[in-house]
Amino acid sequence: MPGEKILLLGVNHKTTPIEIREKMALSDGYEEPLTALKNIPGCRECYLLSTCNRVELLVVVEPGVEVEEEIITFLFGGSVSPEDCRQYLYMHYDEDAVRHLFMVAASLDSMVVGEAQILGQLKEAYRYAAQFDCTGPLLNKFLHKSFSVAKRVRTETGIGSSAVSISYAAVQLAEKIFGNLKGKKVMLIGAGEMAELAAEHLVGQGVASVVVANRTLARALDLAKRFNGSAVSMDELAQQLELVDIVISSTGATGLIIHKQDVKSVMRARRNKPIFFIDIAVPRDLDPKLIDIDNVYLYDIDDLSSVVEINKSERDKEAVKAVRIVDEETLKFNKWYQGMAVTPTIRDLREKVDTIARLELDRSLARMPHVNGADRKTLEKMVGAISSRILHDPLIYLKSESCTGRDNSDMKVEIIRSLFRLDNGDDGK
Amino acid sequence: MNELSDLLFLSVLGVTFIAGAAYLVFFFSQNIQVRKIARMILVVSGILQTLYIISRYILVGHTPITSQHEAVVFFAWSTTWAYLSFRWRYTVKNFGTFVTILIFSLLLISSVSSRDITPLVPALQSWWLPVHAGVSIIAYGFLSLAFCGGIMYLLQERELKSKRFGYFFSRFPSLESLDQLNSHCLTTGFVFLTLGIVTGSIWARQAWGTYWQWDPKETWSLITWFIYLVQIHQRFTVGWRGKRGAVMAIVGFAAVIFTLWGVTYLLGGAHSYAG
Repeated sequence: MPGEKILLLGVNHKTTPIEIREKMALSDGYEEPLTALKNIPGCRECYLLSTCNRVELLVVVEPGVEVEEEIITFLFGGSVSPEDCRQYLYMHYDEDAVRHLFMVAASLDSMVVGEAQILGQLKEAYRYAAQFDCTGPLLNKFLHKSFSVAKRVRTETGIGSSAVSISYAAVQLAEKIFGNLKGKKVMLIGAGEMAELAAEHLVGQGVASVVVANRTLARALDLAKRFNGSAVSMDELAQQLELVDIVISSTGATGLIIHKQDVKSVMRARRNKPIFFIDIAVPRDLDPKLIDIDNVYLYDIDDLSSVVEINKSERDKEAVKAVRIVDEETLKFNKWYQGMAVTPTIRDLREKVDTIARLELDRSLARMPHVNGADRKTLEKMVGAISSRILHDPLIYLKSESCTGRDNSDMKVEIIRSLFRLDNGDDGK
Repeated sequence: MNELSDLLFLSVLGVTFIAGAAYLVFFFSQNIQVRKIARMILVVSGILQTLYIISRYILVGHTPITSQHEAVVFFAWSTTWAYLSFRWRYTVKNFGTFVTILIFSLLLISSVSSRDITPLVPALQSWWLPVHAGVSIIAYGFLSLAFCGGIMYLLQERELKSKRFGYFFSRFPSLESLDQLNSHCLTTGFVFLTLGIVTGSIWARQAWGTYWQWDPKETWSLITWFIYLVQIHQRFTVGWRGKRGAVMAIVGFAAVIFTLWGVTYLLGGAHSYAG
């Protein structure tokens, strides 16, 4: 299997505006895209992850096959021009792909670093991929590894607690403003992971109803169902502002969604009832000037974390620790993967030498009918020992880690293969 | 009787001081046990204040509300019982600390003014006296609670808006409960204030032959009444709540204090025999 590549490509909330991501949203389940992906020639194994904030494809590509173009066309469905696709897309091979997936699984690539939901989504996507028979030995190992990396990051760093405490802080602030949350109405703008978590906490505190506003109504409906709420379109935001008490915004929009004027004009209709905005989107959704309006309270993520007294530097420190774990695990996985790459060559090499030895032994024995029993055993042993000793050095060379890095091991495989002519069907005759 | 009355007053001062100190300890330590004790002490203080006013009534032979000292003690008493009655209906975190300090300050002011017994001038010898003065000062009690709530609201609102969550943030109640407190105290206080003005004007008709004579105290009472009228009207029509409500409660209370003391000392007039 040398030359086989792991390719990861995708878009996320950082690289791609929501308008583009929506065009490729694979909202109609995993089955169809996975089957289509599997049928692309050259794809040996594949995996697909689709969440509100990202779409990622993981493919094991057969050696010497170029599938990039085809996969990009598949991903964007031809709705975006190829040049644009390249601009929004990130593409990682092998080691980088491993690191990226580990980062995603450990929630270091999330909008809210440390939120736990991404791991669940990763696992669910894996269940589908396995169910449709898309993953093979390499991806199975890879994905399982990513789950355990995520678990390790969660237990060894405090990164998870910051996401939980941020939504806890949102509840705490809401209680400082409203006292009792019973009977209050919450609106989620954008169906983000973190918003969901915060909403869950608020609902736990007895919030009366949840309204979800999203660009794609289908997704809004999905989320609303979870909270027994209702869904509205983005055009109805202004009307909703008159009715709701708590607004959590987490869209991937590049510009502001709610401006100062929008809120100012509804305050009279609200009879100055306080309204509490939480902006967890990066970049911001809500005009920072909202805070200047009386009875309007606006907080972004950093503000919230200052409530729970986790300062930013502390959060960053945990993130650094987590990245270190990811790097460590990436290295480990790569070593294993490199081992995978040289294994077939070792097998081939051993097979070739053994075949030669056996062939020659058989030929010689045919000419020596008087040899039998113990002598024959001794001869066989001797031939085996010779081939083992000849193989010893090339095998050490193949397995050596003196110069790490996959490119290097590819080179070694290449040398051994051409030196011993392992690729042209020559069985040593 | 005189000695007993003095003793009662001293114990009122002492007990209220202890209550205030206990509330402060609670404020800093947030120990629930301490709050229970502080509240008990405040109830004791309220009872002692009542007893003192009764003793004073027996001593002077009429409702003890005509001298500066008596009026302020009565003010403290009405604030205490307004708070305790309010406390019975709603809980507002750490409100007691502020109120108790206010009560103690009032008692302290009353202790420095003369406790001499002056005979009642003929114009005041009427059963309207307890009704008019009493009702007015009960109104002041509720309005002073709104004032405390307003100050707390502004402090808490500033912390929330500036996003710097300092010392008060965790210790202060929610904005909504402070606003609710404001609304409750304002409406109750306003009803009593209105009654005070109406009874006063009826009494004026009987005593002086005219309902209204634009004496400075009357004028200022009317100004105060209008300040509260406007804010209550605005609150229930266009929703003047929150920060604006808190500021208005403080402005209104400033007018109350001016009517109570400022007018007497600066402007004089027909009411100047009273506190």
